[in-house]
Amino acid sequence: MARQPLGFGQERPPVRLWLVPAASVVAGSLLAIGPYVANVPLMPPFGLLVLIGWRLLRPEIWGAWVALPLGLIDDLIGGAPLGSAMAIWTIVMLGFDIVDHRMLWRDFATDWGLAMLALAFATSAAWAIALFTGGAGPYWTVVGQMLLSALAFPMVARICRAIDIWRRGERGRTA
Amino acid sequence: MAPPRHRGRGFSRRIQYGLFVGYVVAIVGIVAGLGLVLVARFDPVAFQGIRGLALDLTSPATAVFGNVGRGADEIGGGLSSYLDAARQNRALRAELEATANRLIQARATEYENARLKRLLHVVERGTQPIVVARLIGSDAANHRRTVTLAAGTSDGVRAGQPVRGPGGLVGRVAEAGARVARVLLVSDGGSSVPVRVARTGQPALVAGKGDGTVEIKSTQLGAPPLHRGDLLFTSGTGGVFPAGVPVAVVLSVSGDLATGRPLAEPARLDVAMVLPEVELAPPPAAPVGSAN
Repeated sequence: MARQPLGFGQERPPVRLWLVPAASVVAGSLLAIGPYVANVPLMPPFGLLVLIGWRLLRPEIWGAWVALPLGLIDDLIGGAPLGSAMAIWTIVMLGFDIVDHRMLWRDFATDWGLAMLALAFATSAAWAIALFTGGAGPYWTVVGQMLLSALAFPMVARICRAIDIWRRGERGRTA
Repeated sequence: MAPPRHRGRGFSRRIQYGLFVGYVVAIVGIVAGLGLVLVARFDPVAFQGIRGLALDLTSPATAVFGNVGRGADEIGGGLSSYLDAARQNRALRAELEATANRLIQARATEYENARLKRLLHVVERGTQPIVVARLIGSDAANHRRTVTLAAGTSDGVRAGQPVRGPGGLVGRVAEAGARVARVLLVSDGGSSVPVRVARTGQPALVAGKGDGTVEIKSTQLGAPPLHRGDLLFTSGTGGVFPAGVPVAVVLSVSGDLATGRPLAEPARLDVAMVLPEVELAPPPAAPVGSAN
Protein backbone atom coordinates (compact mmCIF):
# COMPACT_ATOMS: atom_id res chain seq x y z
CA MET A 1 0.00 0.00 0.00
CA ALA A 2 1.44 3.31 -0.99
CA ARG A 3 1.19 5.88 1.72
CA GLN A 4 -1.14 8.65 0.78
CA PRO A 5 -0.03 12.04 1.95
CA LEU A 6 -2.48 13.25 4.56
CA GLY A 7 -2.90 16.51 2.75
CA PHE A 8 -4.90 14.66 0.13
CA GLY A 9 -8.21 16.05 1.29
CA GLN A 10 -6.91 19.56 1.68
CA GLU A 11 -10.25 21.31 1.37
CA ARG A 12 -11.64 19.39 4.39
CA PRO A 13 -11.21 20.81 7.87
CA PRO A 14 -8.12 19.03 9.20
CA VAL A 15 -9.79 18.43 12.58
CA ARG A 16 -11.91 15.76 10.95
CA LEU A 17 -8.82 13.77 10.02
CA TRP A 18 -7.99 12.89 13.61
CA LEU A 19 -11.35 13.41 15.29
CA VAL A 20 -13.28 10.91 13.17
CA PRO A 21 -11.20 7.82 14.05
CA ALA A 22 -11.22 8.74 17.75
CA ALA A 23 -14.97 9.36 17.67
CA SER A 24 -15.54 6.00 15.96
CA VAL A 25 -13.65 4.22 18.78
CA VAL A 26 -15.79 5.99 21.39
CA ALA A 27 -18.90 5.06 19.41
CA GLY A 28 -17.71 1.45 19.53
CA SER A 29 -17.42 1.68 23.31
CA LEU A 30 -20.94 3.11 23.49
CA LEU A 31 -22.27 0.16 21.50
CA ALA A 32 -21.85 -2.15 24.48
CA ILE A 33 -24.28 -0.30 26.74
CA GLY A 34 -27.86 -0.79 25.77
CA PRO A 35 -31.38 -1.31 27.00
CA TYR A 36 -30.93 -4.92 28.00
CA VAL A 37 -29.48 -6.71 30.97
CA ALA A 38 -26.85 -9.24 30.02
CA ASN A 39 -26.43 -12.29 32.23
CA VAL A 40 -23.14 -13.17 30.58
CA PRO A 41 -20.65 -10.73 29.02
CA LEU A 42 -20.96 -11.92 25.42
CA MET A 43 -20.74 -8.60 23.60
CA PRO A 44 -17.32 -8.12 21.98
CA PRO A 45 -15.40 -5.06 23.21
CA PHE A 46 -16.29 -2.98 20.15
CA GLY A 47 -14.23 0.01 21.23
CA LEU A 48 -11.08 -2.10 21.15
CA LEU A 49 -12.16 -3.79 17.90
CA VAL A 50 -12.49 -0.41 16.18
CA LEU A 51 -9.16 0.74 17.62
CA ILE A 52 -7.45 -2.38 16.26
CA GLY A 53 -9.23 -1.89 12.95
CA TRP A 54 -7.75 1.61 12.65
CA ARG A 55 -4.34 0.49 13.87
CA LEU A 56 -4.12 -2.17 11.16
CA LEU A 57 -5.55 0.09 8.46
CA ARG A 58 -3.59 3.28 9.17
CA PRO A 59 -0.64 2.69 11.48
CA GLU A 60 0.66 6.20 10.86
CA ILE A 61 -2.21 8.20 12.34
CA TRP A 62 -1.64 7.25 15.96
CA GLY A 63 1.10 6.47 18.42
CA ALA A 64 0.53 3.81 21.05
CA TRP A 65 -0.27 6.50 23.64
CA VAL A 66 -3.63 7.23 21.99
CA ALA A 67 -4.99 4.12 23.71
CA LEU A 68 -4.65 5.86 27.09
CA PRO A 69 -7.40 8.48 26.68
CA LEU A 70 -9.57 6.17 24.57
CA GLY A 71 -9.21 3.37 27.14
CA LEU A 72 -10.06 5.77 29.95
CA ILE A 73 -13.24 6.79 28.11
CA ASP A 74 -14.11 3.10 27.59
CA ASP A 75 -13.64 2.43 31.31
CA LEU A 76 -15.89 5.35 32.18
CA ILE A 77 -18.58 4.25 29.75
CA GLY A 78 -18.57 0.57 30.60
CA GLY A 79 -18.10 0.78 34.35
CA ALA A 80 -14.96 -1.36 34.44
CA PRO A 81 -12.41 -0.36 37.08
CA LEU A 82 -10.68 2.82 35.93
CA GLY A 83 -7.33 2.07 34.34
CA SER A 84 -8.12 -1.44 33.13
CA ALA A 85 -8.84 -0.66 29.47
CA MET A 86 -6.23 2.12 29.66
CA ALA A 87 -3.50 -0.39 30.48
CA ILE A 88 -4.77 -3.28 28.35
CA TRP A 89 -5.38 -1.26 25.17
CA THR A 90 -1.99 0.45 25.42
CA ILE A 91 -0.25 -2.91 25.83
CA VAL A 92 -2.12 -4.13 22.72
CA MET A 93 -0.98 -1.06 20.75
CA LEU A 94 2.64 -1.55 21.83
CA GLY A 95 2.33 -5.19 20.79
CA PHE A 96 1.26 -4.10 17.30
CA ASP A 97 4.25 -1.74 17.12
CA ILE A 98 6.58 -4.65 17.93
CA VAL A 99 4.90 -6.90 15.36
CA ASP A 100 5.14 -4.16 12.73
CA HIS A 101 8.91 -4.16 12.97
CA ARG A 102 9.17 -7.95 12.62
CA MET A 103 6.63 -8.95 10.01
CA LEU A 104 7.63 -8.69 6.39
CA TRP A 105 4.47 -9.84 4.72
CA ARG A 106 0.90 -9.18 5.54
CA ASP A 107 -2.57 -9.85 4.19
CA PHE A 108 -6.05 -9.76 5.59
CA ALA A 109 -5.75 -13.26 7.11
CA THR A 110 -2.66 -12.32 9.12
CA ASP A 111 -4.35 -9.09 10.19
CA TRP A 112 -7.32 -11.09 11.39
CA GLY A 113 -5.04 -13.51 13.21
CA LEU A 114 -3.18 -10.64 14.89
CA ALA A 115 -6.46 -9.02 15.89
CA MET A 116 -7.60 -12.36 17.34
CA LEU A 117 -4.43 -12.69 19.41
CA ALA A 118 -4.84 -9.13 20.67
CA LEU A 119 -8.50 -9.69 21.55
CA ALA A 120 -7.78 -13.01 23.28
CA PHE A 121 -5.23 -11.22 25.42
CA ALA A 122 -7.44 -8.18 26.04
CA THR A 123 -10.60 -10.09 27.04
CA SER A 124 -8.64 -12.46 29.28
CA ALA A 125 -6.84 -9.55 30.93
CA ALA A 126 -10.12 -7.68 31.45
CA TRP A 127 -11.54 -10.82 33.03
CA ALA A 128 -8.51 -11.18 35.30
CA ILE A 129 -8.77 -7.53 36.39
CA ALA A 130 -12.49 -7.96 37.13
CA LEU A 131 -11.63 -11.03 39.19
CA PHE A 132 -8.89 -9.13 40.99
CA THR A 133 -11.05 -6.11 41.82
CA GLY A 134 -14.05 -7.99 43.15
CA GLY A 135 -15.41 -10.85 41.12
CA ALA A 136 -15.99 -12.15 37.63
CA GLY A 137 -17.81 -15.06 36.10
CA PRO A 138 -16.33 -18.41 35.10
CA TYR A 139 -13.66 -18.32 32.37
CA TRP A 140 -15.93 -19.83 29.69
CA THR A 141 -17.76 -16.51 29.46
CA VAL A 142 -14.53 -15.01 28.08
CA VAL A 143 -14.28 -17.71 25.41
CA GLY A 144 -17.73 -16.80 24.09
CA GLN A 145 -16.72 -13.15 23.97
CA MET A 146 -13.53 -14.04 22.08
CA LEU A 147 -15.36 -16.09 19.45
CA LEU A 148 -17.89 -13.34 18.84
CA SER A 149 -15.05 -10.81 18.59
CA ALA A 150 -13.38 -12.99 15.96
CA LEU A 151 -16.58 -13.06 13.93
CA ALA A 152 -17.12 -9.33 14.32
CA PHE A 153 -13.61 -8.24 13.30
CA PRO A 154 -13.98 -8.45 9.48
CA MET A 155 -17.13 -6.33 9.69
CA VAL A 156 -15.43 -3.76 11.92
CA ALA A 157 -12.42 -3.65 9.57
CA ARG A 158 -14.74 -2.92 6.64
CA ILE A 159 -16.52 -0.19 8.57
CA CYS A 160 -13.15 1.39 9.44
CA ARG A 161 -12.18 1.30 5.76
CA ALA A 162 -15.46 2.95 4.76
CA ILE A 163 -15.06 5.64 7.43
CA ASP A 164 -11.48 6.19 6.30
CA ILE A 165 -12.54 6.78 2.72
CA TRP A 166 -15.19 9.24 3.84
CA ARG A 167 -12.82 10.90 6.31
CA ARG A 168 -10.25 11.66 3.65
CA GLY A 169 -12.83 12.75 1.16
CA GLU A 170 -11.76 10.12 -1.36
CA ARG A 171 -15.21 9.03 -2.30
CA GLY A 172 -15.41 8.41 -6.04
CA ARG A 173 -11.66 8.57 -6.45
CA THR A 174 -10.60 5.18 -5.14
CA ALA A 175 -13.76 3.14 -4.75
CA MET B 1 0.93 -6.70 0.32
CA ALA B 2 3.97 -5.45 2.15
CA PRO B 3 3.30 -4.02 5.57
CA PRO B 4 2.76 -0.29 5.69
CA ARG B 5 5.80 1.22 7.32
CA HIS B 6 5.13 2.40 10.76
CA ARG B 7 6.28 5.99 10.61
CA GLY B 8 9.34 6.55 8.54
CA ARG B 9 12.14 6.07 11.04
CA GLY B 10 14.62 8.19 9.20
CA PHE B 11 17.51 10.22 10.41
CA SER B 12 15.37 13.10 11.55
CA ARG B 13 16.07 13.78 15.21
CA ARG B 14 12.70 15.39 15.64
CA ILE B 15 10.77 12.33 14.46
CA GLN B 16 12.93 10.01 16.53
CA TYR B 17 12.40 12.09 19.68
CA GLY B 18 8.69 12.20 18.96
CA LEU B 19 8.55 8.41 18.69
CA PHE B 20 10.59 7.98 21.84
CA VAL B 21 8.39 10.35 23.85
CA GLY B 22 5.32 8.52 22.55
CA TYR B 23 6.62 5.21 23.87
CA VAL B 24 7.59 6.71 27.22
CA VAL B 25 4.10 8.19 27.58
CA ALA B 26 2.52 4.86 26.65
CA ILE B 27 4.56 2.89 29.20
CA VAL B 28 4.02 5.46 31.96
CA GLY B 29 0.31 5.29 31.06
CA ILE B 30 0.25 1.49 31.42
CA VAL B 31 1.85 1.74 34.85
CA ALA B 32 -0.60 4.47 35.85
CA GLY B 33 -3.51 2.35 34.59
CA LEU B 34 -2.41 -0.66 36.61
CA GLY B 35 -2.03 1.66 39.61
CA LEU B 36 -5.63 2.79 39.16
CA VAL B 37 -6.71 -0.86 39.05
CA LEU B 38 -4.94 -1.38 42.37
CA VAL B 39 -6.83 1.60 43.79
CA ALA B 40 -10.09 0.04 42.57
CA ARG B 41 -9.13 -3.19 44.29
CA PHE B 42 -8.73 -1.62 47.70
CA ASP B 43 -11.19 1.25 47.42
CA PRO B 44 -14.09 0.24 45.17
CA VAL B 45 -15.89 3.57 45.57
CA ALA B 46 -12.91 5.68 44.52
CA PHE B 47 -13.41 8.26 41.75
CA GLN B 48 -17.13 8.22 42.45
CA GLY B 49 -17.46 11.78 41.12
CA ILE B 50 -16.06 11.30 37.62
CA ARG B 51 -17.56 7.83 37.25
CA GLY B 52 -20.97 9.14 38.26
CA LEU B 53 -20.64 11.96 35.74
CA ALA B 54 -19.82 9.48 32.98
CA LEU B 55 -22.81 7.39 34.02
CA ASP B 56 -25.08 10.43 33.73
CA LEU B 57 -23.65 11.41 30.36
CA THR B 58 -24.05 7.96 28.79
CA SER B 59 -27.49 7.21 30.21
CA PRO B 60 -29.46 8.91 27.39
CA ALA B 61 -27.99 6.38 24.97
CA THR B 62 -29.70 3.59 26.88
CA ALA B 63 -32.81 5.51 27.92
CA VAL B 64 -33.72 6.45 24.33
CA PHE B 65 -33.97 2.83 23.27
CA GLY B 66 -35.59 1.71 26.52
CA ASN B 67 -39.05 1.24 25.07
CA VAL B 68 -37.79 -0.59 22.00
CA GLY B 69 -35.82 -3.02 24.11
CA ARG B 70 -38.79 -3.63 26.33
CA GLY B 71 -41.00 -4.40 23.37
CA ALA B 72 -38.52 -6.83 21.84
CA ASP B 73 -38.06 -8.50 25.17
CA GLU B 74 -41.79 -9.06 25.51
CA ILE B 75 -42.16 -10.40 21.98
CA GLY B 76 -39.50 -13.00 22.73
CA GLY B 77 -41.22 -13.97 25.95
CA GLY B 78 -44.61 -14.17 24.24
CA LEU B 79 -43.33 -16.44 21.45
CA SER B 80 -41.67 -18.90 23.75
CA SER B 81 -44.70 -19.10 26.05
CA TYR B 82 -46.94 -19.77 23.04
CA LEU B 83 -44.78 -22.67 21.92
CA ASP B 84 -44.68 -23.97 25.44
CA ALA B 85 -48.36 -23.49 26.26
CA ALA B 86 -49.51 -27.07 26.91
CA ARG B 87 -46.67 -27.93 29.25
CA GLN B 88 -46.99 -24.59 30.97
CA ASN B 89 -50.71 -25.14 31.46
CA ARG B 90 -50.15 -28.45 33.21
CA ALA B 91 -47.40 -26.99 35.37
CA LEU B 92 -49.53 -23.99 36.32
CA ARG B 93 -52.48 -26.20 37.25
CA ALA B 94 -50.30 -28.27 39.55
CA GLU B 95 -48.80 -25.13 41.00
CA LEU B 96 -52.24 -23.64 41.61
CA GLU B 97 -53.33 -26.66 43.63
CA ALA B 98 -50.17 -26.54 45.66
CA THR B 99 -50.49 -22.80 46.27
CA ALA B 100 -54.11 -22.97 47.38
CA ASN B 101 -53.02 -25.05 50.34
CA ARG B 102 -50.06 -22.83 51.03
CA LEU B 103 -52.25 -19.74 50.92
CA ILE B 104 -54.46 -21.03 53.70
CA GLN B 105 -51.38 -21.84 55.72
CA ALA B 106 -49.93 -18.41 55.01
CA ARG B 107 -53.12 -16.67 56.11
CA ALA B 108 -53.03 -18.56 59.34
CA THR B 109 -49.37 -17.69 59.85
CA GLU B 110 -50.01 -14.06 59.03
CA TYR B 111 -52.74 -13.89 61.60
CA GLU B 112 -50.56 -15.53 64.18
CA ASN B 113 -47.70 -13.27 63.29
CA ALA B 114 -49.80 -10.13 63.73
CA ARG B 115 -50.98 -11.36 67.09
CA LEU B 116 -47.49 -12.21 68.28
CA LYS B 117 -46.16 -8.85 67.15
CA ARG B 118 -48.89 -7.03 69.02
CA LEU B 119 -48.03 -9.16 72.00
CA LEU B 120 -44.37 -8.33 71.85
CA HIS B 121 -44.86 -4.70 70.81
CA VAL B 122 -42.36 -5.21 68.05
CA VAL B 123 -41.91 -1.95 66.23
CA GLU B 124 -41.20 -2.54 62.59
CA ARG B 125 -38.30 -0.53 61.35
CA GLY B 126 -39.41 1.89 58.70
CA THR B 127 -38.55 0.36 55.32
CA GLN B 128 -39.94 3.19 53.24
CA PRO B 129 -38.23 3.05 49.88
CA ILE B 130 -35.96 5.94 49.01
CA VAL B 131 -37.04 5.94 45.39
CA VAL B 132 -38.74 3.68 42.87
CA ALA B 133 -37.19 3.79 39.42
CA ARG B 134 -36.79 1.84 36.22
CA LEU B 135 -33.82 -0.34 35.34
CA ILE B 136 -32.63 1.04 32.02
CA GLY B 137 -29.78 -1.10 30.80
CA SER B 138 -26.35 -2.58 31.29
CA ASP B 139 -22.96 -2.99 29.66
CA ALA B 140 -22.89 -6.31 27.83
CA ALA B 141 -19.10 -6.34 27.46
CA ASN B 142 -18.33 -5.88 31.15
CA HIS B 143 -17.27 -8.82 33.30
CA ARG B 144 -19.11 -7.50 36.36
CA ARG B 145 -22.86 -8.03 36.35
CA THR B 146 -24.30 -4.58 36.73
CA VAL B 147 -27.42 -2.77 35.67
CA THR B 148 -28.15 0.94 35.45
CA LEU B 149 -31.03 2.42 37.40
CA ALA B 150 -32.74 5.67 36.39
CA ALA B 151 -32.25 7.38 39.75
CA GLY B 152 -29.19 8.98 41.30
CA THR B 153 -27.87 11.09 44.12
CA SER B 154 -30.44 13.79 43.38
CA ASP B 155 -33.09 11.23 44.42
CA GLY B 156 -31.18 10.26 47.55
CA VAL B 157 -29.49 7.17 46.11
CA ARG B 158 -26.07 6.41 47.64
CA ALA B 159 -23.53 3.66 47.04
CA GLY B 160 -24.20 0.63 49.22
CA GLN B 161 -27.97 0.83 49.40
CA PRO B 162 -29.92 -2.37 48.69
CA VAL B 163 -32.23 -2.51 45.66
CA ARG B 164 -35.23 -4.77 45.32
CA GLY B 165 -37.64 -5.45 42.49
CA PRO B 166 -41.16 -6.87 42.51
CA GLY B 167 -39.77 -10.41 42.39
CA GLY B 168 -37.06 -10.07 44.98
CA LEU B 169 -33.65 -8.64 45.75
CA VAL B 170 -31.94 -7.12 42.70
CA GLY B 171 -28.64 -6.15 44.29
CA ARG B 172 -26.80 -3.22 45.79
CA VAL B 173 -25.96 0.25 44.48
CA ALA B 174 -22.30 0.23 43.41
CA GLU B 175 -21.97 3.86 42.36
CA ALA B 176 -24.34 6.74 41.84
CA GLY B 177 -24.33 9.66 39.45
CA ALA B 178 -26.68 12.61 39.79
CA ARG B 179 -29.51 11.01 37.81
CA VAL B 180 -28.36 7.43 37.16
CA ALA B 181 -26.91 4.78 39.43
CA ARG B 182 -25.14 1.50 38.73
CA VAL B 183 -26.43 -1.51 40.64
CA LEU B 184 -24.33 -4.60 41.29
CA LEU B 185 -26.60 -7.61 40.78
CA VAL B 186 -27.00 -10.50 43.20
CA SER B 187 -25.58 -12.74 40.45
CA ASP B 188 -22.31 -10.75 40.19
CA GLY B 189 -19.19 -12.67 41.09
CA GLY B 190 -18.41 -10.27 43.93
CA SER B 191 -21.82 -10.23 45.56
CA SER B 192 -22.76 -12.21 48.63
CA VAL B 193 -25.98 -11.93 50.61
CA PRO B 194 -26.71 -13.53 53.99
CA VAL B 195 -29.98 -15.45 53.68
CA ARG B 196 -32.21 -17.87 55.49
CA VAL B 197 -33.83 -20.95 53.94
CA ALA B 198 -37.60 -20.50 54.06
CA ARG B 199 -38.32 -24.19 54.72
CA THR B 200 -35.84 -24.90 57.49
CA GLY B 201 -34.79 -21.48 58.75
CA GLN B 202 -31.11 -22.37 58.48
CA PRO B 203 -28.71 -19.53 57.66
CA ALA B 204 -26.82 -19.57 54.36
CA LEU B 205 -24.88 -17.31 52.04
CA VAL B 206 -25.94 -16.55 48.47
CA ALA B 207 -22.85 -15.77 46.37
CA GLY B 208 -23.06 -14.71 42.72
CA LYS B 209 -21.29 -16.82 40.11
CA GLY B 210 -21.16 -14.18 37.41
CA ASP B 211 -23.10 -16.15 34.80
CA GLY B 212 -26.64 -15.36 35.86
CA THR B 213 -26.81 -17.97 38.59
CA VAL B 214 -25.91 -17.96 42.27
CA GLU B 215 -24.22 -20.41 44.57
CA ILE B 216 -25.73 -21.19 47.98
CA LYS B 217 -23.33 -22.05 50.76
CA SER B 218 -24.62 -23.19 54.07
CA THR B 219 -23.03 -21.30 56.97
CA GLN B 220 -24.13 -23.84 59.55
CA LEU B 221 -22.36 -27.12 60.17
CA GLY B 222 -24.56 -30.20 59.82
CA ALA B 223 -27.48 -28.21 58.47
CA PRO B 224 -30.31 -30.15 56.82
CA PRO B 225 -29.65 -30.44 53.07
CA LEU B 226 -31.25 -28.02 50.63
CA HIS B 227 -33.83 -29.23 48.16
CA ARG B 228 -34.59 -28.14 44.64
CA GLY B 229 -37.17 -25.37 44.83
CA ASP B 230 -36.17 -24.10 48.27
CA LEU B 231 -36.76 -20.39 48.64
CA LEU B 232 -34.17 -18.13 50.21
CA PHE B 233 -34.83 -14.73 51.72
CA THR B 234 -32.53 -12.17 53.33
CA SER B 235 -31.82 -12.77 56.97
CA GLY B 236 -30.73 -9.21 57.72
CA THR B 237 -27.57 -10.52 59.35
CA GLY B 238 -24.75 -8.03 59.21
CA GLY B 239 -26.92 -5.08 58.26
CA VAL B 240 -27.12 -3.62 54.73
CA PHE B 241 -30.00 -5.78 53.47
CA PRO B 242 -33.39 -5.59 55.20
CA ALA B 243 -34.65 -8.95 56.47
CA GLY B 244 -37.34 -10.90 54.68
CA VAL B 245 -36.72 -9.97 51.02
CA PRO B 246 -36.84 -13.01 48.70
CA VAL B 247 -33.47 -13.55 47.03
CA ALA B 248 -33.19 -16.80 45.11
CA VAL B 249 -34.63 -20.25 44.50
CA VAL B 250 -32.56 -23.44 44.56
CA LEU B 251 -32.24 -25.11 41.14
CA SER B 252 -29.90 -28.01 41.80
CA VAL B 253 -28.07 -29.49 44.75
CA SER B 254 -24.86 -31.49 44.75
CA GLY B 255 -23.41 -32.27 48.13
CA ASP B 256 -22.90 -29.15 50.20
CA LEU B 257 -23.11 -26.79 47.24
CA ALA B 258 -26.35 -25.70 45.71
CA THR B 259 -26.96 -23.61 42.61
CA GLY B 260 -29.85 -21.23 42.36
CA ARG B 261 -31.45 -18.54 40.27
CA PRO B 262 -32.10 -15.00 41.53
CA LEU B 263 -35.82 -14.37 41.91
CA ALA B 264 -35.71 -10.81 40.63
CA GLU B 265 -35.23 -11.04 36.89
CA PRO B 266 -33.57 -7.76 36.01
CA ALA B 267 -33.33 -9.06 32.44
CA ARG B 268 -36.93 -7.96 32.03
CA LEU B 269 -35.88 -4.36 32.69
CA ASP B 270 -38.46 -3.88 35.35
CA VAL B 271 -38.92 -1.26 38.00
CA ALA B 272 -36.87 -1.46 41.17
CA MET B 273 -36.99 0.10 44.59
CA VAL B 274 -33.98 1.52 46.40
CA LEU B 275 -34.19 0.83 50.11
CA PRO B 276 -32.30 2.56 52.91
CA GLU B 277 -29.24 0.75 54.09
CA VAL B 278 -30.05 -1.10 57.29
CA GLU B 279 -27.70 -0.05 60.01
CA LEU B 280 -26.65 -2.42 62.69
CA ALA B 281 -27.91 -1.54 66.13
CA PRO B 282 -25.05 -0.07 68.18
CA PRO B 283 -23.45 -2.62 70.46
CA PRO B 284 -24.82 -2.56 73.99
CA ALA B 285 -22.91 -0.27 76.33
CA ALA B 286 -20.27 -1.90 78.41
CA PRO B 287 -21.55 -2.63 81.89
CA VAL B 288 -20.42 0.05 84.29
CA GLY B 289 -18.67 -1.27 87.35
CA SER B 290 -17.67 -4.90 87.61
CA ALA B 291 -19.42 -7.35 89.87
CA ASN B 292 -16.75 -8.02 92.41
